[in-house]
Amino acid sequence: MADKLIYLDNAAATRLDEQVLEAMRPYLFDTYAVATSEFGYSQGIEAREALDEAREALANALGATPEEFIFTSGSTESSNIALKGVALALSKKKDKHIIVSKIEDFPVLHSAQALEKQGLRVNYLDVDSEGFVDLDQLRDSITNETILVSIQHANQEIGTIQDIEAIGRICHEKEVFFHTDATHTFTRVPLDMKKIAVDLVTVSAHTIHGPKGIGGLCIRQGTQIAKWMDGGFQEFNLRAGLENIPGAVGFAKAVELVTPEETRHLQEMRDRLIDRMLVEIPHSTLNGPRRKRLPQNANITFHFVEGESITLHLDMRGFAVSTGSACFSRSLEASHVISGIGGDHERAHGSIRFTLGRYNTMKDMDAVVQALAEIVEELRSISPLGKNEEKEEA
Amino acid sequence: MKFPYSDIVLEHFRHPRNVGKIENPDGKATEGSPACGDMVSVYIKVDPKTNTIADVKFESYGCASNIATGSIITELAKGKTLDEAKNITWKEASEALGGLPKIKAHCSVLAVEGLRSAIQNYEERHGLVKEKKPTTVEVVRQRLRKVINPLTGLSVVRTNLVQDIRVKDGTVRVLVDLPRDHQFAHNIKDEILEKIETLWDVKEVVVEFTE
Repeated sequence: MADKLIYLDNAAATRLDEQVLEAMRPYLFDTYAVATSEFGYSQGIEAREALDEAREALANALGATPEEFIFTSGSTESSNIALKGVALALSKKKDKHIIVSKIEDFPVLHSAQALEKQGLRVNYLDVDSEGFVDLDQLRDSITNETILVSIQHANQEIGTIQDIEAIGRICHEKEVFFHTDATHTFTRVPLDMKKIAVDLVTVSAHTIHGPKGIGGLCIRQGTQIAKWMDGGFQEFNLRAGLENIPGAVGFAKAVELVTPEETRHLQEMRDRLIDRMLVEIPHSTLNGPRRKRLPQNANITFHFVEGESITLHLDMRGFAVSTGSACFSRSLEASHVISGIGGDHERAHGSIRFTLGRYNTMKDMDAVVQALAEIVEELRSISPLGKNEEKEEA
Repeated sequence: MKFPYSDIVLEHFRHPRNVGKIENPDGKATEGSPACGDMVSVYIKVDPKTNTIADVKFESYGCASNIATGSIITELAKGKTLDEAKNITWKEASEALGGLPKIKAHCSVLAVEGLRSAIQNYEERHGLVKEKKPTTVEVVRQRLRKVINPLTGLSVVRTNLVQDIRVKDGTVRVLVDLPRDHQFAHNIKDEILEKIETLWDVKEVVVEFTE
């Protein structure tokens, strides 16, 4: 058994960076007041200043102004606010219609489904075999009733980076609001709201070695959006709730620590991982594109074997990964992303997602390929499938 | 380290017993479907003098609980009479494994069903079916409940993929509501043949497609 965990599930959660913790520490133990106390005592002013400073850093990272950025509890809440908030703001409009892609992450997909139950019409756009939405289909789907298009910046499972610049242009031309879930691209793939016509952007700290429980929604000035978390007047009266000052400060620090060099390194590790797996493990298929892919994401199907068995064997050897197999999910449903790109159950059944982060090394890539080659071979030896194919190759 | 399974499950998952194929088995069966998820094949050798299971092997295309249940079921079945082996339940297999998460029932029950079907396959092949009920449309329909529609993961009966069943003079005709060149047509046809051909009074099985 490996003595050190090699963690390759950084899309699910990341290890907190010590420097982030150090930045947060004063706001946990010394300045623990909230910003709403600013007219009560001096700690409140310090809290307000820390929050403002963090907000400015986050807004800057997206090419927005501080007034356009609100803190939330994470990307799930941000996407809920974006979809439901816009729907609520435009509730007087008749026959409202929104458009999302089929392979959105659950916060967007399930918010759209919830709105559908309330009577909104929803289009779920198809994607091609690599996960890209068809821009012509998008253009044709927008009607006079369309109020919002929500298409993710990059996919959570197969890493496909959408052409949000073109999508933004289409939405801008047709005068509909455009939301993008940038949970997995934020700070890794540039997104400048000065250049891209996107109105709402979901971001989160948990994917970049920041704290859990803090995220944000960037809302371009002029976007019609209603408050639906009622309470106090925090976050420009758009999102009530106690300000998470240590979280906000930690989020800003996490953003500051991401460098282009680091992201390039993640991409090099990703490419080595993909190349080695496809070459050294027979009957393996890459899910998602080779180019226009999240720098930290690889997703491979190992045919004739099941993903949960692979993850458990990897876990016993000290590796953490994720799978699109139905056996892995609490809903017992196979990955909607793999089926969205036209893959059958079998393709989802043996799919493994690797997502890289700051604490991974090139050595980890070699180690996981070595472990996988052995595990996949072992599981194939007990599988009733694939025997003929292997014989043919030998 | 913490795992979502008992130590016994992990032990059988890591070192599954009685894995592989038996050449020229006396009975065999496959449960589940590659297109839907987990799948398990069970092979048996029967000692005809004692009517006991002389050897049993399994293969698994499945998750940890599927593999572990396949492994334990072969251990439980070996040396047992066919009737005893047939009566091994999922609950017994699960208890022998020190318990399985409830959500995993659907993947682990396949091995139990696989053993039963392999025994049934042996009995049918050797004319040992005690109550020789004539094959009726209802008998065929019951059997087809085990054929999974890969499009939905549910049975072809439940999803109305089986449009018509006719039984006449030992010939069973099954009409499947799919185009002949559909990606799963071949797979579904094979599974239907496997389930129906072994019935004692069936001479021929014809699977037809609507287009």
